[in-house]
Amino acid sequence: MCVCPGPRRIGIPVRSSSLPLFSDAMPAPTQLFFPLIRNCELSRIYGTACYCHHKHLCCSSSYIPQSQLRYTPHPAYATFCRPKESWWQYTQGRRYASTPQKFYLTPPQVNSILKANEYSFKVPEFDGKNVSSILGFDSNQLPANAPIEDRRSAATCLQTRGMLLGVFDGHAGCACSQAVSERLFYYIAVSLLPHETLLEIENAVESGRALLPILQWHKHPNDYFSKEASKLYFNSLRTYWQELIDLNTGESTDIDVKEALINAFKRLDNDISLEAQVGDPNSFLNYLVLRVAFSGATACVAHVDGVDLHVANTGDSRAMLGVQEEDGSWSAVTLSNDHNAQNERELERLKLEHPKSEAKSVVKQDRLLGLLMPFRAFGDVKFKWSIDLQKRVIESGPDQLNDNEYTKFIPPNYHTPPYLTAEPEVTYHRLRPQDKFLVLATDGLWETMHRQDVVRIVGEYLTGMHHQQPIAVGGYKVTLGQMHGLLTERRTKMSSVFEDQNAATHLIRHAVGNNEFGTVDHERLSKMLSLPEELARMYRDDITIIVVQFNSHVVGAYQNRE
Amino acid sequence: MMFYRLLSIVGRQRASPGWQNWSSARNSTSAAEARSMALPTQAQVVICGGGITGTSVAYHLSKMGWKDIVLLEQGRLAAGSTRFCAGILSTARHLTIEQKMADYSNKLYHQLEQETGIQTGYTRTGSIFLAQTQDRLISLKRINAGLNVIGIPSEIISPKKVAELHHLLNVHDLVGAMHVPEDAVVSSADVALALASAASQNGVQIYDRTSVLHVMVKKGQVTGVETDKGPIECQYFVNCAGQWAYELGLSNEEPVSIPLHACEHFYLLTRPLETPLQSSTPNIVDADGRIYIRNWQGGILSGGFEKNPKPIFTEGKNQLEIQNLQEDWDHFEPLLSSLLRRMPELETLEIMKLVNCPETFTPDMRCIMGESPAVQGYFVLAGMNSAGLSFGGGAGKYLAEWMVHGYPSENVWELDLKRFGALQSSRTFLRHRVMEVMPLMYDLKVPRWDFQTGRQLRTSPLYDRLDAQGARWMEKHGFERPKYFVPPDKDLLALEQSKTFYKPDWFDIVESEVKCCKEAVCVIDMSSFTKFEITSTGDQALEVLQYLFSNDLDVPVGHIVHTGMLNEGGGYENDCSIARLNKRSFFMISPTDQQVHCWAWLKKHMPKDSNLLLEDVTWKYTALNLIGPRAVDVLSELSYAPMTPDHFPSLFCKEMSVGYANGIRVMSMTHTGEPGFMLYIPIEYALHVYNEVMSVGQKYGIRNAGYYALRSLRIEKFFAFWGQDINNLTTPLECGRESRVKLEKGMDFIGRDALLQQKQNGVYKRLTMFILDDHDSDLDLWPWWGEPIYRNGQYVGKTTSSAYSYSLERHVCLGFVHNFSEDTGEEQVVTADFINRGEYEIDIAGYRFQAKAKLYPVASLFTQKRRKDDMELSDLHGK
Repeated sequence: MCVCPGPRRIGIPVRSSSLPLFSDAMPAPTQLFFPLIRNCELSRIYGTACYCHHKHLCCSSSYIPQSQLRYTPHPAYATFCRPKESWWQYTQGRRYASTPQKFYLTPPQVNSILKANEYSFKVPEFDGKNVSSILGFDSNQLPANAPIEDRRSAATCLQTRGMLLGVFDGHAGCACSQAVSERLFYYIAVSLLPHETLLEIENAVESGRALLPILQWHKHPNDYFSKEASKLYFNSLRTYWQELIDLNTGESTDIDVKEALINAFKRLDNDISLEAQVGDPNSFLNYLVLRVAFSGATACVAHVDGVDLHVANTGDSRAMLGVQEEDGSWSAVTLSNDHNAQNERELERLKLEHPKSEAKSVVKQDRLLGLLMPFRAFGDVKFKWSIDLQKRVIESGPDQLNDNEYTKFIPPNYHTPPYLTAEPEVTYHRLRPQDKFLVLATDGLWETMHRQDVVRIVGEYLTGMHHQQPIAVGGYKVTLGQMHGLLTERRTKMSSVFEDQNAATHLIRHAVGNNEFGTVDHERLSKMLSLPEELARMYRDDITIIVVQFNSHVVGAYQNRE
Repeated sequence: MMFYRLLSIVGRQRASPGWQNWSSARNSTSAAEARSMALPTQAQVVICGGGITGTSVAYHLSKMGWKDIVLLEQGRLAAGSTRFCAGILSTARHLTIEQKMADYSNKLYHQLEQETGIQTGYTRTGSIFLAQTQDRLISLKRINAGLNVIGIPSEIISPKKVAELHHLLNVHDLVGAMHVPEDAVVSSADVALALASAASQNGVQIYDRTSVLHVMVKKGQVTGVETDKGPIECQYFVNCAGQWAYELGLSNEEPVSIPLHACEHFYLLTRPLETPLQSSTPNIVDADGRIYIRNWQGGILSGGFEKNPKPIFTEGKNQLEIQNLQEDWDHFEPLLSSLLRRMPELETLEIMKLVNCPETFTPDMRCIMGESPAVQGYFVLAGMNSAGLSFGGGAGKYLAEWMVHGYPSENVWELDLKRFGALQSSRTFLRHRVMEVMPLMYDLKVPRWDFQTGRQLRTSPLYDRLDAQGARWMEKHGFERPKYFVPPDKDLLALEQSKTFYKPDWFDIVESEVKCCKEAVCVIDMSSFTKFEITSTGDQALEVLQYLFSNDLDVPVGHIVHTGMLNEGGGYENDCSIARLNKRSFFMISPTDQQVHCWAWLKKHMPKDSNLLLEDVTWKYTALNLIGPRAVDVLSELSYAPMTPDHFPSLFCKEMSVGYANGIRVMSMTHTGEPGFMLYIPIEYALHVYNEVMSVGQKYGIRNAGYYALRSLRIEKFFAFWGQDINNLTTPLECGRESRVKLEKGMDFIGRDALLQQKQNGVYKRLTMFILDDHDSDLDLWPWWGEPIYRNGQYVGKTTSSAYSYSLERHVCLGFVHNFSEDTGEEQVVTADFINRGEYEIDIAGYRFQAKAKLYPVASLFTQKRRKDDMELSDLHGK
């Protein structure tokens, strides 16, 4: 497929929500849109550049052409690129579209789609010491793009305390979000390491000894790491810590988490950019680093250490704290700012960073240079490099790059680069016992659900029935029979909630399946999940969610200690 | 003055049972509190804990004449679990010792009101235990048989009779029930207060709102306690701190591990029925429905032991008194459903309250009592598994006897703190295990049940190898031991379905293992055995051991002696085999669960001599038992040394090489009476030696075997095991081991005097082997242990262990025969003649089976040979 009518990140500003929701049979919208799509006409109609980014930079696989239920992008296919096959794919897509079908997924089928990527981690149980303020986390993702462009990461810092969790929303392919999801936590962990530890690691590398482990990853089997680039990535990381070692003046200073986060983000983005400029003798790697640099990714990362919670955000993913009020109700506290056109301060910043003459062109139609929705991102060198540099790299790059319309295209009104930065905004929050959980999610969630609803649904899910409203007999006259009836009713109600063992899955179920009354409508859920992959993207974005649960007892104990 | 103050508390509390607000009591005591009496600076005994166990210990100690006793309570008296106890006193317990404790408690509480003048609310109601399934009925019948022989009336009744006894019960789904008419209800808090006041009258000083911070220990001996109101010097400390006992044990500089953990426990209180229930309404236990029900002030009190318990206080944070714990109706829902199914008419009854009172549970569902192995003078009584009221009186008595006389009047090894080691003290272990133990309270208790949680803690280096070959595991003292090996082509039942009182599904598997032991050779991993080494620079080791052990150890180097350590009464504190490695060092092998007890006993009795070294080498050796006639061939092929009896006589020990590995201790004994060898292998060689043995053994038909095969072999040969058949109240003369005692050699050893006297007077009980005659192992209930033995229709004792003998094709039970006088019930001398001239029956869950009594093992077993014409092709197959 060469064009998507609703590419939300870059390109024409068609809002997916403005599309009419199909009524009954699947083919209706298909027929409506396909003539346009097939002729690849949209770009011309709008007169704006429309780039076939998804399929070209990171083409989808063709290994299950008959199935519309592609919810697990196979890792192997996601990294390989076969632009030549796009024609074949195209015909496959058409064949499907021209066969009208009307079917619903059964609840077990729905569940298997929703649960395919779910992952839960429980911090190992109480061992008497080093009690963690985190009980564990649930995460999940639901693709709309094929393959999915979102990524997620979670890891425990082994040489320092604390846990890192992050969601990454890629655009123009998944190469950049993939790279960031693999690499960013290492940069953060290294930034947090004390000088002695850095020295120890460097010495170990020098003398060929085993290295201290820095991170303990908590990964779903589908969360893969690229083997091919790991050496390259390691060398860049090593250069970074060598510089950190050299920079150290000798006096040991407390490491500031905020500063560490900012440095890590900036450094990684810089390395991505440099690697693309330098290139690699291995042609596969060379193409990979270019794809990483030319695609983009936002990042929202939380670092939790005891009661200290830092959120570093670049782009429009969001971190939301779930707070339980004394009366048991839930309220949402936003811990990050979206970096997009809805954020006045970001608009202000962009205008200040560029000459007055560009005031009108720098943000057009709520997009950076009329193209990009997030105002901060990793990669996206098209918005960072000078025109010269871009041309030089593309010319000397591999053919695939040269053939690619999108990479070759220079944004309009491109006068004073860089227009884009990966520098995060860091928020600090000191956890309180009433802070029960943190939701990190890509904008796929936030555009379908209000933050207040998100927090309420997760809160009610996590606390289960215990805080549903605990039943107390108090002074009322209740008979055993009445109580029994009440309890049985509650149990039936709760068993529907416990269909999900994962808070993130539960949230996705609501995000995709909620009807106007805020309850999950199975028919709607079934329809949304059976959309063919070409269409899915019009009705929803990739959704990635991490729900971190805090241990109120531990948080409370920290509070009492002081 | 103390006494009066107590009475004033008691007076107030009488009217307001535990679960009601205590504020009135609080106010009345605060005045007395203000006077804040100073603690004494020293005492003989300090008891920590003013619940039912602490007050019971104080009561019994003071009755036995110990007066210098201080009892400390961190909150108020009886304000812990005691206060919330459901108040049911039930004697229907699984262990005899538990039945005896509960029976004693029942009698004690019954007369307590008369003795102290304090009302305890004691009402004899009786209990009915319902059976919804045949298996449950069997379980009840077993208990019933046990109760009857120790004089507690009880009977199995029909559902119809149940309905007559309790008109609210729905009996349609019942298959039967057990009625125990003398069970009672009583207010546990008032019992504790009555015991306290009686103790106080006897001179015990009681201080509440005084916390013990830690116990002071010097040279392994209690010297005093540090409290928040100052220190007290003392010789004995008794930890009766209930749920707090674990933390208190850890607070010492030398921690005392008391493995217990609390779980939340819920019960429901209702308002009175329209026609209030009579106070004599029997208690109901519906174990299949997981609930108990009793009358309470005209209404009912009902709680239970749910499948999904909520452990609490794992981190050790706990209140001084138990209060304000959340009611959790949703959690209680299954129990409520069960209650309404059992008593449908209660639908309209009004709820008063759901009480949440944490109860403590132990890793094996038995309470914990006795002296710490690490600190002398540190006694413990805690971990009542929600039966504190039933056991409190009896357990307090036994512990008091233990402290005063040095040992209790009954064998309490099953409850002894020393059955646990430090390995059961992990919080994670306890938390996980009690979640299994609490539901087990009402689960069906079937023979050979293994705990599923807290496993794979101690394993042999061969664990993975054996597991891959189909080993099924049991656990002893944290150590995984193979039960049997499931052949690849065989499937066993799922865990739940395998619960049975009849022939188990592994019968054929063990049969083939036993056969292989008899005809070829089997290897059993027996690494769990406790292994000590005692060495000295000179003759000290021999001198000490000669005094500690009952058999002569001055044997030539390389010889093995079966012996044991006796107490002053001549009872076995330990049963072991000792190999003399050289002139000055001995290698001692004891049962697995003796690791803590035996160590403590040795440490206590060995002189503090730096030239004498005692070392626990359990972890250093992997033990392989090669059983069977071909073991000789396997071993000689692996060592290039002749292993025939001429070169390697029975009960002989030699270090030799096996395969490539050197320094393997080979002993010609198998713990079964079968020919073969034990190999004690330094663990780094374990895998090598095992692999060599298995590969060389192939042509001799070698196979793996497990403990069930071992058990069958040893019981048919009348080999008694310590902890099962014999204990610290059993003397060598009572189990036919006179030959293992050096009475004639004129050497002194502990227990000698008692044995000499016994030899003169005769024994009052005798370990006997019974072979069941008319028992059909396919269709009849299997014996387990604890079955009553009848001689000429008269009860004479109980079995201690049993197994199916594949060679006799009969069940074999071991058990003690007493001779109770028909008139007085007094114990009389048991002679061989008495045993031989009797018709015996064993009572298995109410069915009696004829049995032949034997004092010596069946001789033919030793010389069993296969006849030539019986040979067949399958004998040529590898096993």
